[in-house]
Amino acid sequence: MDVLKKVPVREQDPKVRATNFEEVCYGYNKEEAMAEASRCLKCKNNAKCMGGCPVSINIPGFIKEVEAGNFEAAANVIAESSALPAVCGRVCPQESQCEGQCIRGIKGEPISIGKLERFVADWSRENGFVPKAAEKKLGKKVAVVGSGPAGLTCAGDLAKMGYDVTIFEALHEPGGVLTYGIPEFRLPKEKVVRAEIENVKKLGVAIETDVIIGKSVTIDELMDEEGFEAVFIGSGAGLPKFMGIPGENANGVFSANEYLTRNNLMKAFREDYDTPIVAGKKVAVVGGGNVAMDAARTALRLGAEVHIVYRRSEAELPARVEEVHHAKEEGVIFNLLTNPVEILTDENDWVKGIVVRKMELGEPDASGRRRPVEIEGSDYTMEVDTVIMSLGTSPNPLISSTTEGLEINKRRCIVAEAENGQTTREGVFAGGDAVTGAATVILAMEAGKHGAKGIHEYLSKKA
Amino acid sequence: MYKILKAEKLAEKIFLMDVEAPRVAKSCQPGEFVIVKMDEKGERIPLTICDYNREKGIVTIVFQIVGASTQRMSNLQAGDAFQDFVGPLGQPSEFVKEDLEEVKKRKYLFVAGGVGTAPVYPQVKWLKEHGIDADVIVGAKTKDLLILEDMMKEAAGNLYITTDDGSYVRKGMVTDVIKDLVETQGKQYDVCVAIGPMIMMKFVCKLTKELGLKTIVSMNPIMVDGTGMCGACRLTVGDEVKFACVDGPEFDGHLVNFDEAMKRQQMYKTEEGRAMLKELEGDTHHGGCGHCNND
Repeated sequence: MDVLKKVPVREQDPKVRATNFEEVCYGYNKEEAMAEASRCLKCKNNAKCMGGCPVSINIPGFIKEVEAGNFEAAANVIAESSALPAVCGRVCPQESQCEGQCIRGIKGEPISIGKLERFVADWSRENGFVPKAAEKKLGKKVAVVGSGPAGLTCAGDLAKMGYDVTIFEALHEPGGVLTYGIPEFRLPKEKVVRAEIENVKKLGVAIETDVIIGKSVTIDELMDEEGFEAVFIGSGAGLPKFMGIPGENANGVFSANEYLTRNNLMKAFREDYDTPIVAGKKVAVVGGGNVAMDAARTALRLGAEVHIVYRRSEAELPARVEEVHHAKEEGVIFNLLTNPVEILTDENDWVKGIVVRKMELGEPDASGRRRPVEIEGSDYTMEVDTVIMSLGTSPNPLISSTTEGLEINKRRCIVAEAENGQTTREGVFAGGDAVTGAATVILAMEAGKHGAKGIHEYLSKKA
Repeated sequence: MYKILKAEKLAEKIFLMDVEAPRVAKSCQPGEFVIVKMDEKGERIPLTICDYNREKGIVTIVFQIVGASTQRMSNLQAGDAFQDFVGPLGQPSEFVKEDLEEVKKRKYLFVAGGVGTAPVYPQVKWLKEHGIDADVIVGAKTKDLLILEDMMKEAAGNLYITTDDGSYVRKGMVTDVIKDLVETQGKQYDVCVAIGPMIMMKFVCKLTKELGLKTIVSMNPIMVDGTGMCGACRLTVGDEVKFACVDGPEFDGHLVNFDEAMKRQQMYKTEEGRAMLKELEGDTHHGGCGHCNND
């Protein structure tokens, strides 16, 4: 075995998987996991990988247990820091976090930390490992708004400390973006998401679905009438953005949120579910983030020819390298340095094409990435019948507009301290996309952790 | 689960249900809507609220069969339950948030068409409870499709009924009644609220624009989550794109682009029609019929 190289992970054949919704990556088996773990240098002090992990999992600690075949011990090490390891092992951008810091990676390839985490989490589930609930209850009620990664993490941590936690979820199914956004082939719903949510419930967390905080009940009512002493808001990213170009309200133009929600949450890809989806025969997905890749690969699986239309070049694609790689392998076509200027429609107001303009890269902009500049006279038409806009989101005003004293910033995100989630309203904490704007699952989890810490400090002082 | 306490067929394809939903009943206002999902495989269906009882925790909904999920929903009986019933969603009617003294100075005309009579009812009732008598026009295709007549008579100042075929009270469209009231009888109104089929609202707005009568309409476009997340319900109001679920569902009818909204409503027609056929006839429509491109 070459210690400089990762133990390769088995994946579904690209040609086969492009036609189904089964998970792309099979993950490691025991032997592969133990072999990969043996490559770890087990850095003793100041392990760099841990510094790269937003929730500071003791990475060398759990890898040591994997190498020795003590998988339950490994699961216990991870559970100290993370409530959603099967999710994180699959969707964290490890290349820019733990694995990006790995000493092994200076010469050769870093340890496959994500795949090892996933292995431990999957092994735990298959072997009935249950996280330990708090031994002593504190008799204090905390409400968590939203059951996505921030809310689940915050709730899990607080429950472990002994608080009575209730999560309020607006949709009919818990999980937030893990349920409605990230597709089945990347994050299986029944096997992984539901199972991890069940584990959070086993810590004593109650989840009430179909409750829209700010409408069904306000934060003030939760605190004044229902006896919650603190609230954590992890309500997520919000409203999809559109470009504002002509033809955008035509039939066949969707936000990535709508396309993915129909497919993931409402299971439109299955014949036995009622919710319809317009699959499209030739689809343009506008945008270059992970959500754009998810939408593109979903459309592909529904039988379409799919083009990613992105205004910068490949180097600037915000999506994870692994996602871009998988999309290409499956047959998604990349039209880079290309930007839509108009959507063309037929006599029934259905999409029949998009006019796009070629771009070139100019000077770096505020984000540090080179700014795309239009090339005059370079317009041409792509014939497509479906356009999916994946341009990010703007915050949902539902909670901020119904909660007195809760300040929002210029971008209409909730103002909250990074280290403890404290908002401008006493007893109310917030974190995740509702505070930062659209980001990653693991950053939301970090914010959930900090929120739990902040709430614990606040309620300990108050008592 | 949200228990159904009463299920009643009001007319062909139109059903009324009382549902136990204490959180919604406690907080809902006229103009807002709910989303119901009957079971695991059902769609999320947006429905305007017809009535509510805060003490008993009951919300009344009225729906018409339009697709596979509503077809299945129509079979539910008292004692059954919805898996999901979420709300209230959207913004309350304008007058709920305004200074009551200002509202009292105005003369309201409500125009309800077909199943749109249901969302008009709580608004008229709210005004009545606050000492304001509103005039109400209810239009139906034919006598048998007229719903909630007694309840509306109770809540309205004056109730004017019209049927397209003349089978009850008078023959004609709701627009004929508006003209009659304003032009012939010389009645003065400050605000018109029109709720019904998109095409009805379009023609009411065309007329009230000529009459210089401010008109509010309630839009019921295709939705998925109902909380602003998906953008399926977007529509053009004036120069702006609005989301009916969070910005509406009520808008200034003179600014709504109805033609675009009507086309968008057709988007899933074939898909939904196919799902409904499947419901009625079994799984017989997976291509091969020669009309659905084999997909």
